[in-house]
Amino acid sequence: MARVVVDVMLKSEILDPQGKAVAGALPRLGFDGVLDVRQGKRFELELEGEVTPERLAEIERIAETLLSNPVIEDFTVHVESPVEA
Amino acid sequence: MRVGVVTFPGSLDDVDAQRAVRFGGNEAVPLWHGDHDLRGVDAVVLPGGFSYGDYLRCGAISRFSPVMTEVIAAAGKGMPVLGICNGFQILCESHLLPGALIRNDHRKFVCRDQVLRIENNRTPWTSSYAANAEITVVLKNGEGSYVADDETLDRLEGEGRVVARYLEVNPNGSLRDIAGVTNERGNVVGLMPHPEHAIEDLCGPGTDGLGFFTGLAAQAFA
Repeated sequence: MARVVVDVMLKSEILDPQGKAVAGALPRLGFDGVLDVRQGKRFELELEGEVTPERLAEIERIAETLLSNPVIEDFTVHVESPVEA
Repeated sequence: MRVGVVTFPGSLDDVDAQRAVRFGGNEAVPLWHGDHDLRGVDAVVLPGGFSYGDYLRCGAISRFSPVMTEVIAAAGKGMPVLGICNGFQILCESHLLPGALIRNDHRKFVCRDQVLRIENNRTPWTSSYAANAEITVVLKNGEGSYVADDETLDRLEGEGRVVARYLEVNPNGSLRDIAGVTNERGNVVGLMPHPEHAIEDLCGPGTDGLGFFTGLAAQAFA
């Protein structure tokens, strides 16, 4: 088994009201020095068998078809680590 | 006309939409998200609500439901499709309409009577309205902020594909005050406000929304 992680973030030019809300809460809690917060989504995909280039290409297709909306979001794919069976 | 209204798990305004379809002089045909055919309808309404709990992104799961495969194919052949609120989000996720809808810029759910200008009355859904008619209908959304890149927005405006624009107040941060758009062919319309909640005087802000549902019947007899 292996774990592949897909991180999805709103594109930088898209307003992120949730991130703004988090950023606004920090000073109220006494945390200073954080200039900006952007909120995204992390997907952990557990795969059967080895991670091959073909499997990674398929996960790219999963990411661009379902996990992200390419109109407003970017994604990155990385293999986290082989998981103990 | 026979107008299908799709119910997804989490749809809220499907019954109101069916009623508005009937008030507009059409037959309302309930459709289910798991349906693999459109039961011979002439047009489809995707109603408001929180289909599939808005999981992942608003409309992202609904877009892959069996009935949407049929709706996308029919829309490609010219069938009139109207997506209201969550239905608009589903149409954007389906890539039948450009752009996307994100969380309101002020981060609060908004519910108000909203003034709109109908800027395109050449679609099957807006043909009852006079050019640049100003109407008041219900608006209620949490993720109604319409976004697209500048190039797309310029093209929509240049081709007259902005169907409705917010007047007086921009309630959700939508770019260029856009409340609704149509596709190149003009048969698919997405609208964030709710005309189906403004079809009779008893409840709602009036009857200004009824025109979205009477144009179809007029076309059928044209």
